[in-house]
Amino acid sequence: MFEALGDLVAFSLLGLDPASPAGSAVQFFVMDVAKIFVLLVAVIYVMGLLRALLSPERVREFVRGRPDWQARGLAVALGAVTPFCSCSSVPLFIGFVEAGIPLGVTFSFLIASPMINEVAAVILVGILGWKLAALYVLAGVTVAWLGGLAMQAFHPERWVEGYVWQIRMGNAAIAAPEKTLAARHRYAVGEVREIVGRIWKWVLIGVGVGALFHGFVPAAWVTEHLAGDDWTTVPAAVLLGIPLYSNATGIIPVAEAMLGKGVAIGTTLALMMSVAALSLPEMLILRKVIRWPALALFAGVLAVAFTLVGWGFNLMA
Amino acid sequence: MKQIKVLGSGCRNCEITAKVIEQAAKEAGIEIELIKVTDMAEILGHGVMSTPGVVVDGELVHAGGIPGPEQVRAWVRTGS
Repeated sequence: MFEALGDLVAFSLLGLDPASPAGSAVQFFVMDVAKIFVLLVAVIYVMGLLRALLSPERVREFVRGRPDWQARGLAVALGAVTPFCSCSSVPLFIGFVEAGIPLGVTFSFLIASPMINEVAAVILVGILGWKLAALYVLAGVTVAWLGGLAMQAFHPERWVEGYVWQIRMGNAAIAAPEKTLAARHRYAVGEVREIVGRIWKWVLIGVGVGALFHGFVPAAWVTEHLAGDDWTTVPAAVLLGIPLYSNATGIIPVAEAMLGKGVAIGTTLALMMSVAALSLPEMLILRKVIRWPALALFAGVLAVAFTLVGWGFNLMA
Repeated sequence: MKQIKVLGSGCRNCEITAKVIEQAAKEAGIEIELIKVTDMAEILGHGVMSTPGVVVDGELVHAGGIPGPEQVRAWVRTGS
């Protein structure tokens, strides 16, 4: 259906040649924009109806006081299903610290949250198939788990800003959400508006980059340089991803175009993770609660982890 | 006068929330005192981790996103 729409707009309405770079780029753009927005709206609406989205306040209550492995497992799982705006990461960090949750567990949560979420997972299945979606989620969970453990080994407590330890958190007492279907519908529509309103530009940019790659980058060049034989492509992809930032959903069409042209799967996954989870703006926000050494360490641990993931998948492929 | 606080570190959603409340008060013809709270200690003191949060006359009524228009109208009208 979406392919037919892409064909219609690119080849029939605009009269572009299917074999030309511009033709295939436009076809890709129309097809993916339509597909991703339909999936986005559907998934967010259904999630809103189910009220499956947990608030960070509840996550904190869930995780506090558990033994380390349980806390970490919960933090990663909840990070994966809880979408939160990166501007919330400071209060979230402080709230976790105040609850006595180990810093390593908090880092696991901070890694998992931007990288994996149920919306991106469903769109991954829709665009790249369930196998790749499962690989991405599995790799993301592993990185979040081990990344948090690695951070803990360096005792990052010493780099937490002093004022963080002073803050005492009050009890949140927000009324339980309404249970009627009409109220759930209103809430779900609100969620769709809020989330689509926040990430639509990442999706458009992602699809645009994917479309350019799909239309204009010659497959022969990709085979020669990015097919995975050269071990330096993975760290290069990770480094490229650090200054680039996109929502996890926005990077999916880029990955689609890359895989379609024959870029190695490990290289693609490494770039996806680096773009979604490692971002300079988020680092700068976290600077309010932890000092530079911890931030550098955080970036370093993640960069190493993504590189290992990339190499691993390229070897297996 | 009713006092409404918007809790948030100054992100876009917090700005929008403050604007929505201001607008609703103007439309209802009710004067309110709108305060933007950016101090982390105070935000967390209200038990809020997901911003923006909204506090009406000292009571937390909302957290974790831009509130709906009906909700906002209710805050402006109820009480004093």
